[in-house]
Amino acid sequence: MINKTVSGVQEACKGIKDGMTFMLGGFGLSGIPENSIAELVRLNVKDVTCVSNNAGVDDFGLGQLLQKKQIKKMISSYVGENAEFERQMLSGELEVELIPQGTLAQRCQAAQSGIPAFYTPAGYGTEVAEGKESRDFHGKMHILEKAFEADFAFVKAWKGDAAGNLVFKGSARNFNPNMCGAAKITVAEVEELLPVGVLDPNHIHIPGIFVQRIFQGEKYEKRIEQLTVRKRS
Amino acid sequence: MALSKEQIAQRIAKEVKDGYYVNLGIGIPTLVANFVQEDIDVDFQSENGVLGMGPFPFEGEEDPDLINAGKQTITTLPGASFFDSAMSFSMIRGQHVDLTILGAMEVSQNGDIANWKIPGKMVKGMGGAMDLVASAENIIVAMMHTNRAGESKLLKECSLPLTGVKCVKKIVSNLAVIEIVDNSFKLLERAPGVSIDEIREATEGNLIVDGDIPEMVF
Repeated sequence: MINKTVSGVQEACKGIKDGMTFMLGGFGLSGIPENSIAELVRLNVKDVTCVSNNAGVDDFGLGQLLQKKQIKKMISSYVGENAEFERQMLSGELEVELIPQGTLAQRCQAAQSGIPAFYTPAGYGTEVAEGKESRDFHGKMHILEKAFEADFAFVKAWKGDAAGNLVFKGSARNFNPNMCGAAKITVAEVEELLPVGVLDPNHIHIPGIFVQRIFQGEKYEKRIEQLTVRKRS
Repeated sequence: MALSKEQIAQRIAKEVKDGYYVNLGIGIPTLVANFVQEDIDVDFQSENGVLGMGPFPFEGEEDPDLINAGKQTITTLPGASFFDSAMSFSMIRGQHVDLTILGAMEVSQNGDIANWKIPGKMVKGMGGAMDLVASAENIIVAMMHTNRAGESKLLKECSLPLTGVKCVKKIVSNLAVIEIVDNSFKLLERAPGVSIDEIREATEGNLIVDGDIPEMVF
């Protein structure tokens, strides 16, 4: 067993520098690497590019990095819930590349898999296709999209072990598995770090080979963005 | 009278057939789930990685690790599954999802749709909409026929940045059910008490009215 355990978030973030490109898992605030984001805020790393489906809310998730103007560029698919984001984008302070959600996921997956580029029909005929190669397959137009190139991927899982094996929970899985192994270094934070041999190999979602550093997060706030409930009748 | 948002959803629910896997967009489309016939089997897919979505949780039973694409807390039904985002869009791009229902700011008579950006004003992003409209065989748009200023949203050509080209097959608006054929909006049904003239007035694009147009029945 190759041990991927690091002492905590500080060791997990060793080697982080200004100007790097990060991938961050999560959909909305669900399944975001809370502890790693807090450390990026503390390190005050600047001019970073973030690949993340969303940009958090004003005071949580990636919104915290936006508040401190640490982000130079965001690559996302949906950024609707963040007023500071919208302000920085419309004023030109923040560079933003909005891309289709499936394309975002596949560009991560391609980077993980060693596939440099792929064709997708998503975005053909729209401004997303501008400057990209297009090609007809089976009578339908597709555009060429490239794998991401990132320095660090920060993912969050439910359970993990010292070998770096990961298990996700519910819809907190989202982009996290696709980002594992898609950057030079993958940092996985987990709610529960288990000794090797506890997780059933049949139930592992991401094998440890895709993870370089793993630690148990100190705490998880797990904020809910849109609480929707029904009354008991 | 023009339909309420609930009635638009109720009318769209009639298009949901037994055995369908359905993806619902944010807004009116989300309401469709409330009106699907109880005697048919339908699975709702949420692009953040859930198949077999159930209703909202009871108070106190919400789980931050279980949300839909609108970031609302949800539940799952027996037989549900979770998966990552790449697999979710394999379901969508791979045409395993039978029906996509989404909202629109504008639709043109050739089936183009715009729903993600108003330059200089609103830029929220396309989310999964571009992937959905580029691949889905069966797309129904839920929308208001006109904007707040009373201007038509069913146009000859979209004025806003496009989400997809030549992809919309059917529209259910607050005034009508419309099919897109031959580079035109073909009127299929009217909202109760809404005249053909009112619909024509509210439709900038080419409207085809062929024979008697029935009123929707609820």
